[in-house]
Amino acid sequence: MASLKSVVRSAVPMGSLERDLESDASLLSRLRSGEPQAFEMLVRTHTPRLLAVARRLLRNEEDAKDAVQEAFLNAFRALGSFEGASRVSTWLHRIAVNVALMKLRSQRRKPEASIEGLLPAFLEDGHHALHPPEWRDGADVLLERREDREFIRACINELPESHRTVLILRDVEELDPEETARALGVTENVVKVRLHRARQALRSLLEPRFRRGVA
Amino acid sequence: MSHVVTCREFVDFLDDYLSGSLSEEERAAFNGHLAVCPSCVAYMKTYQASVQLGKAVLTRSEEPVPEEVPEELVRAILAARKQM
Repeated sequence: MASLKSVVRSAVPMGSLERDLESDASLLSRLRSGEPQAFEMLVRTHTPRLLAVARRLLRNEEDAKDAVQEAFLNAFRALGSFEGASRVSTWLHRIAVNVALMKLRSQRRKPEASIEGLLPAFLEDGHHALHPPEWRDGADVLLERREDREFIRACINELPESHRTVLILRDVEELDPEETARALGVTENVVKVRLHRARQALRSLLEPRFRRGVA
Repeated sequence: MSHVVTCREFVDFLDDYLSGSLSEEERAAFNGHLAVCPSCVAYMKTYQASVQLGKAVLTRSEEPVPEEVPEELVRAILAARKQM
């Protein structure tokens, strides 16, 4: 006799999330039974995206590759305890972020430069010390030229590491404040302050090239 | 917030303003400041542009085939699994 679940499934079209979770569940079951093709499929499917995450955080190709390998090995070891509450892709993404952050921490050797000089200055009465100039174009146009995109990347790389990391985790990897705080071992308020400062500092670094009147 | 918002306050709380996490009263005070302060309008626009630019350049690759599977790395991961 058909179960209630299967009857409901046949009557109601599945949404893409439900389909994805079901295909994740099937993949997980194949992984847990040690099927080599399942491992290969998992690695082939997710390596490009995880490598992109690791490259953004680590900025070094070899370190990024090491991080991806370590992330997969951590995931394989944790297969038994993964309950399937999130997508496999989300789970792997979190593991890769954590591995990359651990690597970053182990690499941090010298005290980072202060971000203060990149924050806006104000007069005693609270007004801007300098009028912030408008920029020559909107973001869509500023992204058109390869050399401008490379300049923006270089500016992000100039940010102090603790701020650059928060900017990437929040604005690019789209971790929520709680996840970011947990991954970095800081409070949510620290994450909030660092993100705002990182964005302000990036604005200051971009301004000389993008202000109106500069070609 | 019953007092007049300064540029410093506007910039300090810009993230909260943009994310909609200010109270209605605070938001009204910030809107009032924006209406008379071209400096903060310019600052806000360029701040938003910076966020957009940062996200855009870090999520796109300059390489022609960004999604290509790095074969050597895939093989290394699968080989390492066998050693576990």
